[in-house]
Amino acid sequence: MNTRAAHATQMGTEFRRFVGFLICELKPKGRMLTPFNAITSSLMAVGAVLLTIRFTQGLGSITNLDQRFPWGLWIGFDVITGVAFAGGAYVLTFMVYILGQEKYRPIVRATVLNGFLAYVFYAGALLLDLGRPWKVINPIIGNSFGVSSVLFLVAWHFLLYMTAEFVEFSPAVAEWLGWRRVRRALGGLTLGAVIFGITLSTLHQSGLGALYLMARDKIHPLWYSEFIPFLFLVSSVFAGLSLVIFEGSITHRVFHHRVGARLRRSHDDILVGLARICAGTMFVYLFMATLVLAHGRHWSLLSTGWGLWYLLEVVGLVAVPAGLFLFASRRRNLALVRGAAAMTLAGILLNRLNVSVIAFKWYAPNHYVPSWEEVVVSLAVVSAELWVFRWVVNRMPVLAAAGEAGRGKGAERELQLVA
Amino acid sequence: MHRRDLLKTVCVAGASALVGRNLCAQDGEPVGGGSEAMGVLVDTTMCLGCRACEQACAEANGMPPPEDEVDLFEERTTSPSRLTVVNAYQTEKGRVTVKRQCMHCLQPACGAACLTAAMKKTPGGAVIWREDKCMGCRFCMISCPFDVPKFEFDSPNPQIRKCDMCFGRLQEGEEPACVANCPTGALTFGRRTDLLEEARRRIYAEPDRYVHHIYGEHEVGGTSFLYLAPVPFEQLGFPTHLATTPYPTYAREFLYAVPLVLTVVPPFLLAMAKARRDELVDESEEHRIE
Repeated sequence: MNTRAAHATQMGTEFRRFVGFLICELKPKGRMLTPFNAITSSLMAVGAVLLTIRFTQGLGSITNLDQRFPWGLWIGFDVITGVAFAGGAYVLTFMVYILGQEKYRPIVRATVLNGFLAYVFYAGALLLDLGRPWKVINPIIGNSFGVSSVLFLVAWHFLLYMTAEFVEFSPAVAEWLGWRRVRRALGGLTLGAVIFGITLSTLHQSGLGALYLMARDKIHPLWYSEFIPFLFLVSSVFAGLSLVIFEGSITHRVFHHRVGARLRRSHDDILVGLARICAGTMFVYLFMATLVLAHGRHWSLLSTGWGLWYLLEVVGLVAVPAGLFLFASRRRNLALVRGAAAMTLAGILLNRLNVSVIAFKWYAPNHYVPSWEEVVVSLAVVSAELWVFRWVVNRMPVLAAAGEAGRGKGAERELQLVA
Repeated sequence: MHRRDLLKTVCVAGASALVGRNLCAQDGEPVGGGSEAMGVLVDTTMCLGCRACEQACAEANGMPPPEDEVDLFEERTTSPSRLTVVNAYQTEKGRVTVKRQCMHCLQPACGAACLTAAMKKTPGGAVIWREDKCMGCRFCMISCPFDVPKFEFDSPNPQIRKCDMCFGRLQEGEEPACVANCPTGALTFGRRTDLLEEARRRIYAEPDRYVHHIYGEHEVGGTSFLYLAPVPFEQLGFPTHLATTPYPTYAREFLYAVPLVLTVVPPFLLAMAKARRDELVDESEEHRIE
């Protein structure tokens, strides 16, 4: 299957073999009945039923959204928080491809894959929330460009960034399919995609914050400031890296058999390095948050109930984990690094939900609380993403370089899966 | 080498394409507040609270007729099937009734929020919603300082509903239905500039009858609906904390940063990557080595 002549003569058999390979790869591997599969598949099944109701009877049928709270959990968690968590991809590609920190190369693919899938699923979840999703193409083609809209920018950037991330990940797909020539060509596109992707990320990570600039009178003053875009951008750095630490630790265990020797060797070093970067950016964030607080002269609000809630987020779930990251990286305490990462993720989740849901119209009586249906659909989206992630990691060279782990079709089939 | 050049070109071309799009984003656009733009003056001192406007509005927009008996003191809001409401307030000067609907801002937040340009300020003054463009994202509802746009949460084919100043009637040279059917003359339709003159004339002629404030003259950069009242507007349920800044301005600084970032960052990153190019082994080769 290597030379062009062979291709020409064996087109038919080659194609049949390729289809056979695809079909074989599409089949699930490993045990089907695991607790993880049971939980996620039932979530997805219930989610599918709920979405059928939603698309036939309107958003009000399964959500608690109303005229005062037009955006709820699906935007606040799936889109706003999900994209912040996906920030690891642009930070890591910057570190590896631009700064040349080769140490982090073994985790680039998993992170880019994670970022790509996060955008596909979480930005894709936007479609579930759109009242008229069949019009979603309007801002992309046609004569309906709302150029003065921050959301227009974010929509375009999502689309372009997904493309850039797919290009960044595509060499792994080509290696999986055994397409050497294509693999070479795609590898040549990587740097361009990385540069484009980083630029887009800085803009739409901050752009998600900029969405709320016009909601200035609706968000509690402790969370509203004209600096929301900056705060969102800076926090996306340590949000993304914390997810890399967190996800990496789980992946490392669950997909142990897929992890290449290089990653196995350097995994601990990588985590410690990431912890240090997290701590650094978190101190920058804290400094900015303090400046914003001082600039808005909101010190007196800190003694209110909302102030305590704010302090829980900024001190309890940013300052404390930042200190833990620093301490843990000095001592090389990996358990502590993971703990700090989990705390940081909780802090980011709280921050994004505060801006988009909790402190939004904080003054309203009967504040919006998501319905159980909204929660289930959100979890179903996460489950679907995890399934695709698992499918890809189990087949393509993600956690190991191409020649490293058993990539061959035969070797792979023998592997016993944990999840 | 060729690849790099191509890359550079693609980056710059892509960036400038987006720049072109974003530069025209905010400034220099007509505010729709030209001297020909129309508006409505609501003189709450002349309003009796008869709700004929609600009735006329429902008829003009093909909506269910408003409820017969309502307690006007129980504040109601507009809804997808009720584009204007009359509320009553107990004030220092007794009962005052106020008709509320879309304010038709000169520079509407909903219009700046809309990524499909479904919300649009027309040169005639009305802010309209266009069904063929809207994708139902509800960002207009997040952005509107008056919480005016309403969404049909119970429909599989939902629309955004709000007062469009009877845009269809305006195009046929008629007044909005509420103005045409107001029995007391509390509503006046006309060029906004003329309405401001008229409002000032009324205030000067009867300084004790009115507070010396025309709501909508400067709020959020000016609105096409203007209000006169006998008491300060906070007693009538109006948001009085809104600044005179047009809402699109709040997002403008961010949008200005976009072309800057798109043009400056890619070459900068490329330069950084090139600066350590000697160390940069072709990514594919490196994987092989490992």
